[in-house]
Amino acid sequence: MSLKEVYNEQPKIFKFSDKNQKIIDEILKKYPDSNKKSAVMPLLYLAQKQNDNWIPLAAMKYIAKFLSIPYINVYEIATFYSMYNLAPVGKYFVQVCTTSPCLIRGADKLIKVCKEKISSKERKLSENKRCSWMEVECLGACVNAPMMQINDDYYEDLNENNASEIIESLLNDKPLKPGSYRGRKNTSPEKNKNLNGNSSK
Amino acid sequence: MIKEENKIFKNLYNDFGWEIENSVKRNDWQNTKEIISKGREWIINEVKSSELRGRGGAGFPTGLKWSFAPKEVGSRPHYLVINADESEPGTCKDRDILRFEPQKLLEGCLIAGFAVNAHTCYIYIRGEYYNEGKRLQEAINQAYKKNFLGKNACGSGWDFEVHIHYGAGAYICGEETALLESLEGNKGLPRLKPPFPALVGLYGCPTIVNNVETVAVVPTILRKGAKWFSSIGKPKNTGTKIFCISGNVNNPCNVEEEMGIPLKDLIEKYAGGVVGGWDNLQAVIPGGSSMPLLPKNICETITMDFDSLIKAKSGLGTAGIVVINKDQDIIKCMARIAKFYKHESCGQCTPCREGVGWMWRILERTAKGESTYKDIDLLFDVTKQIEGHTICAFGEGASWPVQGLLRHFRKEIDKRCTGTPLVKKKRNIPYLIDQHLLEK
Repeated sequence: MSLKEVYNEQPKIFKFSDKNQKIIDEILKKYPDSNKKSAVMPLLYLAQKQNDNWIPLAAMKYIAKFLSIPYINVYEIATFYSMYNLAPVGKYFVQVCTTSPCLIRGADKLIKVCKEKISSKERKLSENKRCSWMEVECLGACVNAPMMQINDDYYEDLNENNASEIIESLLNDKPLKPGSYRGRKNTSPEKNKNLNGNSSK
Repeated sequence: MIKEENKIFKNLYNDFGWEIENSVKRNDWQNTKEIISKGREWIINEVKSSELRGRGGAGFPTGLKWSFAPKEVGSRPHYLVINADESEPGTCKDRDILRFEPQKLLEGCLIAGFAVNAHTCYIYIRGEYYNEGKRLQEAINQAYKKNFLGKNACGSGWDFEVHIHYGAGAYICGEETALLESLEGNKGLPRLKPPFPALVGLYGCPTIVNNVETVAVVPTILRKGAKWFSSIGKPKNTGTKIFCISGNVNNPCNVEEEMGIPLKDLIEKYAGGVVGGWDNLQAVIPGGSSMPLLPKNICETITMDFDSLIKAKSGLGTAGIVVINKDQDIIKCMARIAKFYKHESCGQCTPCREGVGWMWRILERTAKGESTYKDIDLLFDVTKQIEGHTICAFGEGASWPVQGLLRHFRKEIDKRCTGTPLVKKKRNIPYLIDQHLLEK
């Protein structure tokens, strides 16, 4: 697993909002009464969402107390899984897939764009503090390669030009729409759709 | 080539709408009650005789797996867990099922849950598929509203609950026992087997773990009959399968085809051919990054099913086909795959934790032309030290692609071995770079 740095300016207290408290009640219902520990991952997500997309240590302590499990258990989970951010990320968090299927279709060019437009280093905020980027492993959209994930959305079938347009739009706080940037429908074969017989519609 | 009426996932590209009204029109949830009323034995036998093999990579017979669950529920409840933690590079089939055919999956869950005596089902989705998970939750809500799930699901008398649990970006959680650990709220470290999850699984209870695609095809098999399913494809490798064709092809796509279709057909007919023509093909990874690659001469004739690919010393895996053409540096590609495994190793077993990083460093050096002939023998040795010495199959998955590279592209590698041994160079070598070389 990758190394993660814990942010050095930590807030002292953390508390779930009332709205999230209600969501927590729903989450806890999913798991058997004796196994509430299962809820630790969804709760970490919730804390991350509430706290501008990163998890402070205070939130981990809160969750540990809430589920009555040792703090270290929550901490080891937050550091083990790569999607929990332990330091602030931009309002727009760009994750570029660079695993082989994306790489051979030009993911390194997207990285170049990110380095030029956002910041020279991974996880470092852009100058206007709106954006940050990082390389990630396979995001599971290989037939739409190369692609990147911005917050929750997938931007697919990219090339250098439209990737740089997308990132421009993020920096200006007017994000473009997610989806395919070659105008194709999901994962269907382009051009020879008739072969599938699905075009009868 | 597959006949249109034999296709199971008719809405793979969302041509007809994913909502429950539309999927009911496509025969989902039709006579589910009747199917369930035929009983457990019948369902399991029918799945067994359809010769359906798990679609998650290992190809284990599904009916057999279900029959491992205890026949009677003892003091502990049974669970059904659906593995939607699709993270194998080259694979994106489950994503389309979650997005566009969620009702097929849910109906499959109900039937599978009934067959293994489970009242609760957890669907473990990888965290990156946030939107897909949201879609699935909507589909679940729709199914609850129509009383297809919940108390007395579908009028069958069986209570059935479905919950979604998100992963958080760990490839290893696709391994079934690591997935269960993760679901229990721990780090995703695989467990030793035996005991198998069918007896001691989630929360120590009997648990059946199935891939999304496996479960989603079950309702159609039971409706159309095991004979129909086993008549498609080849003996022991029956039915249809979603193939994901990515990499250097003109039209990368997902497509449902019969098992045993020639690889060349898939690439030429569906994916629009290799970029630069068939002659420009260098290699193909046939089943997700864990499977050894195939050079061009094998790709000419190979058919895509479990047994023929094993004969060619590779495997069908998840059927994520990655096409690599001659414009690419094959060693760099494999070095990137090795980096993937280095990043994703959970760190529980020493051979894997240390070995994958080692493989990556040697391959990176080779790609730059800095390695020596001895390094390559060492690389092979490392793959052999990992394989078979780990708790889970991650070790094999990490070392097979490298072994495949060495098997088929040895000449290419030897050409790059122009470096002088590190020991002969009088320079400061940073800590943790092949220490054994310094000791000589």
